Amino acid sequence: MTVSKPDTLAPNPLAKFLPGHEELSVTTATDGFTEITADRSRVIQVLRALRDRPELDCNLLLDVCGVDYPKNEHRFEVVYHLTSLEKGHRVRVRVPIDEDDPRVPTACGIWKAADWFEREAWDLMGIRFDGHPNLRRILTHEAFQGHALRKDYDPEKRWVLTEAETFVPDWVTEPDDEGEFETQIINIGPSHPATHGTLRIVVRLDGEVITKAECEIGYLHRCFEKMSETHGWGEVIPYTDRLNYCSSMINGVGYALAVEHMLGIEAPPRAQVVRVILSEFSRIMDHAVCLGAALVDVGALTNFWYFFQPREEIYTLLESCAGGRLTVSYARIGGLAQEVPADFEEQVRYLLGYIPKFVNDVDKLVTTNRIFRGRTEGVGALSAEEALAWGWTGPCLRACGVPYDLRRARPYLGYENYEFDVPVASTGDSYARYLVRLEEIRQSLRIIEQAINHLPDGPVITDNHHVALPPKSKVYTEMEALIWHFKLIYEGIKVPAGSAYLATEGANGELGYYLISDGGGKPYRIKVRPPCFAIFQAYPHMLEGHLVADAIAILSSLNIIAGELDR
Amino acid sequence: MRQPDGSSALLTTKLDAMLAWARKNSLWPLPFGTACCAIEFMSTVSSHYDLARFGAEVVRFSPRQSDMMIVAGTITDKMAPVVKRIYDQMAEPKYVVSMGACACTGGFYRAYHVVQGVDEFIPVDVYVPGCPPTPEALIGGILKLQQLIQSGETQYDRLKA
Repeated sequence: MTVSKPDTLAPNPLAKFLPGHEELSVTTATDGFTEITADRSRVIQVLRALRDRPELDCNLLLDVCGVDYPKNEHRFEVVYHLTSLEKGHRVRVRVPIDEDDPRVPTACGIWKAADWFEREAWDLMGIRFDGHPNLRRILTHEAFQGHALRKDYDPEKRWVLTEAETFVPDWVTEPDDEGEFETQIINIGPSHPATHGTLRIVVRLDGEVITKAECEIGYLHRCFEKMSETHGWGEVIPYTDRLNYCSSMINGVGYALAVEHMLGIEAPPRAQVVRVILSEFSRIMDHAVCLGAALVDVGALTNFWYFFQPREEIYTLLESCAGGRLTVSYARIGGLAQEVPADFEEQVRYLLGYIPKFVNDVDKLVTTNRIFRGRTEGVGALSAEEALAWGWTGPCLRACGVPYDLRRARPYLGYENYEFDVPVASTGDSYARYLVRLEEIRQSLRIIEQAINHLPDGPVITDNHHVALPPKSKVYTEMEALIWHFKLIYEGIKVPAGSAYLATEGANGELGYYLISDGGGKPYRIKVRPPCFAIFQAYPHMLEGHLVADAIAILSSLNIIAGELDR
Repeated sequence: MRQPDGSSALLTTKLDAMLAWARKNSLWPLPFGTACCAIEFMSTVSSHYDLARFGAEVVRFSPRQSDMMIVAGTITDKMAPVVKRIYDQMAEPKYVVSMGACACTGGFYRAYHVVQGVDEFIPVDVYVPGCPPTPEALIGGILKLQQLIQSGETQYDRLKA
């Protein structure tokens, strides 16, 4: 990853397209973002111009979050992250607001994706979004008091929820006299096999057809962002593993890359290639779980066994590298936790020969299967424009025909040196999502093959001892190394004050980390941009008009991972 | 039992012991899977580890049809009433295996929205440590539960007595 040098003096080329840009502060941040600071009275005007002016064309809203600076004149800040897929530029809009009046107008009318992100900012930071259609808590429960990500909220302060207080949508009790027949309300989840344990959907049925749906999430909200503020930069890595636990390596690598960017360092070449190999294996595992579970949900159980067997073999590889199967914690800031085992290359080559058989078996069994096609073709279809408006990324967006893949669009870890295709489908339905994921498994294998052929020798962790511990042999023999060890354990990694947003291509799409450091040993604020969150908020709207059985087929094709959704 | 002279004889036991023997070898799990541990639970019941070898492969998502609740994953305060409700709906005798650090103690989520161990509100028979526990560890936990059932020392037996 190349680190762009700060260049705040040069005028930003996008500034002249913004309305009233003379009064706005427009700079280029160190992470390559165009950074705009706007007053809240101007923010909607600015955001609208960012989307509508053809020169700016920011069609994808990545993230909205709140930040708390209790010591500042304006205590809160609302931060929007945007990107233009066509032009490739990225924009951050910062809106400072006061503590006694923490309100900003909603951006829901500009991007549909703003809906849940703004609800999250309200829930965790207590920022009101004027005009928001449904501004209620999203991650914490109904009996929760206060806003957990404010700096003055005690991380351990819990509130008890009783069964009587659990959420029921208002419209459940409303009489529905539109149709000729009586409608029925059904609650699906959170403890339901097809909702994978933690998602909840309330639907209104007219016969078997869904006429209205609403989702409730947060059943796995385990406070990642607050926890990260109470731990050192390096100690956050095990928490990142548990975001998308089906592909934990990708999360850890993404986080390490973001912190490395802020530190201005780079992992050694060998570590980078190993990261690529294990990330791609993780992607394969993630897609295997998604496809296996999706096929179980439409009644094709055999494929689940076909996909879980190669997963076990990949686990064996990860276990021999990192010691853990699922939550590996193998990435470190500046490289990897330890050297790969001696038979690493042999194991990788074995897997490259072993996995295709299972993928081909499933392909033969399922792809042209009439029942499967009948259950998925035309089911849960979304157009490319709609998908972008909802903030979709990853395989789900590519199934709608948009070839947006961060490994290609903004290469990191040397992905520009690998030959691979970005699979795209056109119909945007559940079947297209299946096809894209299946093909991505094959493309990942291609990348791994090229990577293992060019695995460089050398260390797997940086020798910068501000960041990485010196080797044990030196700690026991050299005074200086002992001091470095001591300082790093006691004080943690010191990340220079500043902020950066860095994204990698997770198994489900753009996984972004927005990091803010105050120069201390702990992160000041970490905001994760989870791909599932944007994808799942479109789900209730996709359901209307579908059969209740289709709701399951659609849900499993989206691959919602609760750890990442709720964090 | 076959006697040395070839004739057969009766084997006598207590009814309780026979019931316990039957129960321990046909546990029907209800996986209350919420997070990472649920993925390892899936591995445990899949072909490689094959929980069927221990008579506990009949996974049921209905509390009415199962007798061993495996709490696999972090339980949040938002989820707690649901876990309690489902536990209450299970028919007796019923057993609880708490799988993983989060379900046992809250794990490393010492936080504002996480239950610090499911034993805050339901009785737990076996705690399986790990984050997540390996399938071997979970199988070990289920074998431990089988011993407790055979010797009549489960939480259910205690509450009944």
